[in-house]
Amino acid sequence: MMVASSKNKLIEISDLMTRFHTPEGTVYAVNGISYNLDVAETLAVVGESGCGKSVSMLSILGLIPTPPGEIAGGTAFYKGNDLLKMNDIDLEHIRGKEIAMIFQDPMTSLNPVLTIGKQITEAIRIHCNLDKNKANKRAIELLEWVGIPDAKNRLGDYPHQFSGGMRQRVMIAMALSCEPSLLIADEPTTALDVTIQAQIVELVKRLREQLGMAIIWITHDLGVVAGLADRVIVMYAGYIVEEAKVDDIYEHPLHPYTIALLNALPRVDRRRENRLKSIPGAPPNLLVEPHGCPFAPRCEFVTNQCRTENPKLVSINDQHRVACWVNILERGNDNGRE
Amino acid sequence: MDSISAQSSPIARLSPDELEAPPLTLRQLAWRRFRRHKMAMFGGIVLILLFIYSIGGSFFFTEGYANYTQTELRLQPPSAAHPFGTDTVGRDALARTIYGGQISILIGLAAVIIETLMGILIGAAAGYYGGMIDSILMRFTEAMLNIPELFLLIVMAKNFGGKIPNITLFGREFSGSVVVIIIIIGLTSWMYLARIVRAEFLSIKENDFILAARATGTPNSQIIFQHILPNSIAPIVVSATLGVANAILSEAYISFLGLGVQPPTATWGNMLDRANNYLETAPWLWFVPGAFILLTVLSINFLGDGLRDALDPRSRTI
Repeated sequence: MMVASSKNKLIEISDLMTRFHTPEGTVYAVNGISYNLDVAETLAVVGESGCGKSVSMLSILGLIPTPPGEIAGGTAFYKGNDLLKMNDIDLEHIRGKEIAMIFQDPMTSLNPVLTIGKQITEAIRIHCNLDKNKANKRAIELLEWVGIPDAKNRLGDYPHQFSGGMRQRVMIAMALSCEPSLLIADEPTTALDVTIQAQIVELVKRLREQLGMAIIWITHDLGVVAGLADRVIVMYAGYIVEEAKVDDIYEHPLHPYTIALLNALPRVDRRRENRLKSIPGAPPNLLVEPHGCPFAPRCEFVTNQCRTENPKLVSINDQHRVACWVNILERGNDNGRE
Repeated sequence: MDSISAQSSPIARLSPDELEAPPLTLRQLAWRRFRRHKMAMFGGIVLILLFIYSIGGSFFFTEGYANYTQTELRLQPPSAAHPFGTDTVGRDALARTIYGGQISILIGLAAVIIETLMGILIGAAAGYYGGMIDSILMRFTEAMLNIPELFLLIVMAKNFGGKIPNITLFGREFSGSVVVIIIIIGLTSWMYLARIVRAEFLSIKENDFILAARATGTPNSQIIFQHILPNSIAPIVVSATLGVANAILSEAYISFLGLGVQPPTATWGNMLDRANNYLETAPWLWFVPGAFILLTVLSINFLGDGLRDALDPRSRTI
């Protein structure tokens, strides 16, 4: 079932479950997801808003506020240590140094009252034990890496003096300050306009080559994924519904949700007469304990079994896993394609 | 078309750098808003004058002179020799307002330092950590708030008064009671500040940049003091400013009741002590120190008001 040999595994997550206990009831945000990541591999996690993408990442870094959050089960082994069982002090040494994270909205992810230089050198000084001068030099080097012109003179500037794209570059510089083995990018291009998006994606690709780091790229934009990721995980309502190599996802999508997502995407290689298809309905209410397949209410292939029993994630071949009752082979692989 | 516009308009010939004024920093914006606040400017200037008066005055009169009793000259009305008159034991009121001013200002500032430290520590811990720590600290704060402050002040002054020996500082000997009063006022006034700080922390810690800081492995102490505290500095500065006024008033209360700073050390508060017996026969006894207290407290309140407007990031006035 595992995709590659466990020797090169950077992170192995199994049965991760995260819940939030709110006054309205328990929110089942992440419901037992398992995946792993090789060294220097790029994994894309896609899905609609509120399907547990970010929460699952925050969970493994211990950044879920508890209470109301609760990690209800699972393990997350990083280089042989279970992150979920680590205490706060040990986790602080992992966060930022081994596993760095960049966030969706660069406009709010930088502290407005601290200079850029202060915020970058902070991370360097926490993890790398450098003195102030060396940390400053390193910060300038990092800013040049991420393509900020005149880096030396911009260290004393405040975040409001930077544009959105520049701020995201600063965030990336901060995240890379200690050359992490894993970069978690939580929708880093969602808040940016399209040209800037492309620049940021190119930048991350270039830095990935330079540093040889693994990347988990959370997004709901399958268009961004194509040129960037090695493997794709599709999440829905806190479950992984499909996992495959990136080419497989585009050429042989197996889960109805993946197919629907791809049909909602404009493509250059498709005839213009075909209208983009939206997915009817809304994502399920995570307050209700799930029974049956979570996608059943919106699925065009739904069967009776789907409504009562939740399908397990099963391997189709050694690189492709899918959770669906409908006999995939019978449906044919290009069912969703017109 | 390009050449026409470039020739006709002088603006078109400017380079982009010349067209765009450099953005104002937050500090410049705040100063600009503060300057527009007439009362605050007035308060600030009066405070500076009072400061010069009480510091500069000590070059003209020695403290020995301020504490020098001449019972045969008691209760003299204002005259050329004693512009503010003399008190019940014949000390010169002018010299005493100078040295009393120093002590009153010292008490105001020092008490506020204690108040601010306690308020920030308790409020920050409660707001940042939440849960049990928050409950315990806030119940304690509420308990302290429920005891009337004046009553607390009197009880503590009675218990601790006279237990601290005199202290020599800056070449002056301070009555130990000054230190006692500073500590007492500091310990009884931090509660409102703690609540303000807690509320600020509760909202600021939910920001994305705090999550980002945590994701970089920043330890809690650094998040509290380097990330959240600078963001909540405006209400703290305002509250501390007003705290100086309150501390000076509190000192006046208890010194008036004879429990505060002990004579011969002068403060504006203990100059009022026993003046109530001479309300009509010697009005200068209460009028002069009273006027100084009033002017100081009023000016500080104006200043605090101006700071509140100037430092409020939500303020739309430019």
